[in-house]
Amino acid sequence: MTQTYENAPRTAAARVSAGTSLAAFLLDGSHFVGRQVRALLRQPAFLVITLVQPVIWLLLFGQLFKRVSEIPGFATGSYVAFLTPGIVVMTALFSSGWAGMGFIIDMERGVLNRFLVTPAPRGSLIAGNLGYLALTSVIQSLIIIGLGLATGARFPGGPGSLAALIGCAVLLAAAFGSFSNALALLLRSQESVISVAQLLVLPLSFLSSSLMPENLLPGWIHGVARFNPVNWAVVAGRETLHQDVDWGIVASRASWLLLLALACGWLSTRAFRAYQRSV
Amino acid sequence: MPADRAIEVRDLVKTYPGDVRALAGISFAVPAGTVFGLLGPNGAGKSTTVKILTTLTRADSGTATVAGIDVGRQPNRVRRAIGCVFQKAAVDLEATGRENLVLQGRLYGLHGGGLRARADELLGRFGLAEAADRITRTYSGGMQRKLDVAMGLVHRPRVLFLDEPTTGLDPEARAEMWTEINRLSTAEGLTVLLTTHYLDEADRLADRLAIVDRGGIVAEGTPEELKSELRGDAIVVELAADLAATAPATATAAGGGAGAAAGGGAGGAAGGAALERVRGTLAGLNGSLRELTLDGRTLRARVDSGASAVPAVLAALDAGGIPVASATVARPSLDDVYLRYAGRAFSAANAEEPR
Repeated sequence: MTQTYENAPRTAAARVSAGTSLAAFLLDGSHFVGRQVRALLRQPAFLVITLVQPVIWLLLFGQLFKRVSEIPGFATGSYVAFLTPGIVVMTALFSSGWAGMGFIIDMERGVLNRFLVTPAPRGSLIAGNLGYLALTSVIQSLIIIGLGLATGARFPGGPGSLAALIGCAVLLAAAFGSFSNALALLLRSQESVISVAQLLVLPLSFLSSSLMPENLLPGWIHGVARFNPVNWAVVAGRETLHQDVDWGIVASRASWLLLLALACGWLSTRAFRAYQRSV
Repeated sequence: MPADRAIEVRDLVKTYPGDVRALAGISFAVPAGTVFGLLGPNGAGKSTTVKILTTLTRADSGTATVAGIDVGRQPNRVRRAIGCVFQKAAVDLEATGRENLVLQGRLYGLHGGGLRARADELLGRFGLAEAADRITRTYSGGMQRKLDVAMGLVHRPRVLFLDEPTTGLDPEARAEMWTEINRLSTAEGLTVLLTTHYLDEADRLADRLAIVDRGGIVAEGTPEELKSELRGDAIVVELAADLAATAPATATAAGGGAGAAAGGGAGGAAGGAALERVRGTLAGLNGSLRELTLDGRTLRARVDSGASAVPAVLAALDAGGIPVASATVARPSLDDVYLRYAGRAFSAANAEEPR
């Protein structure tokens, strides 16, 4: 009895402390997001530059391969409509490959160490980085979808399916961004982070149904694509093209992406510890 | 732990990956409200000590408390009590001076009008009020460094860590920084731990200082105490040939121990024998020469008056058949303090450990 009584205030204290640390985590995470947003608003050209590539894909690639939709077995009427979810996912992937650069620049400037000696939770640094990545991915996705609509793409799946597409793109960005952050913290050089990103981004895009429907992919690529997180996001996103959205497919792909994002997030916190041990 | 000790460090050991031993059991204590200097060459372990005390990294063993809080057990409580200014100015170049300060304050839980007022106060005090809303990329090195120190103070810490705060600053900016550090400790009662490799800086700012070498402390005291053991001038004589290399193998064993203790010789019995030969040659000047050492071809000694001693030393060496290439006289320098306590020249220690 006494034991329980004595424990009560301690548990309450622990709960308060857990509550304040979650609040601190979210609050400091938002400060770090705000810092990057401010830097972006000072150089909005950067956002435009990151959109050049998807626009080229959508407008030029979409026009060049317009008649792909006439191939027997191609289910969607318009190639641009088919392409749009793929480009949304690819753009999120491309942007997230650069996520670790922020850490590298902060590391070189000594800013990261300064943050690490403040009471801000370590995780809020990673959360701030991923939160910013999520924010920019949502903006980029909306712009690409708008561009798709303007060039004649239609999404019978409706707003709910488009939201699911954006959600999956954000999860993929969070996973790949965490991976990029982990690389940055372990390798600590701009070159290595960029080269690993470049090495992975294009193959992962081509080994998926981003540009070509699954049923028209060569057998081996189809096989590989089943394990490719980029393809999970594309498959879920392509439900936007169907009147009857298969929410089971969307939910399963989204949950795989969520698990992957959590695993990569865990990896990046481990990398953070390794960084601090050797600093 | 006594309440008047702001920092207490006991037997800290730290080894980096690749078996680089940065700290080999360092211990010291800093009384509250004083400025304590850690003086030593690059790689001596100063920065590593600061990184451990500021919770940036952990020691392999040993304990340390800052403001009475254990840095290993309660790092987060330590973080609230300390301010840190690291070797490199850690300023976000894409943000303005004010934005840098405000973000820093927010991470310590400051907000609203109180934070705005504190930021204004610090910007004014460090002469950055006019530049406050400019991107820090446009700041000079001295301005960035001032902002850096202001950021370390935004949450009113009890203990401030300054890791080589004036390295890379021009003389004017350095003098300003010295004035500010002095003011912090005297007017605000802040405890300051300062690392430096400038003797004049340690001399000017530190109430007490410790000389660090190879991850440990080799001497500690007030600057006056340390310098008083270095009375007089240093004379450095460059011999024309390395005596140890040409010394006969059957050199006398009489003073082998003394030679080895002097350290830094060309090695082993030959070095000791060479030093003994010089010692014998200069026997006539005994009493006026102190701390005689021979390092390769470089002969060093300390004398009360260099101007009168040098001719006598040169004459004695000449008479003893030891040709001389050059001779110089110098007032006590960091090199001398360092040589006295660490047993090797500061410049050599700096070159040997590249960290």
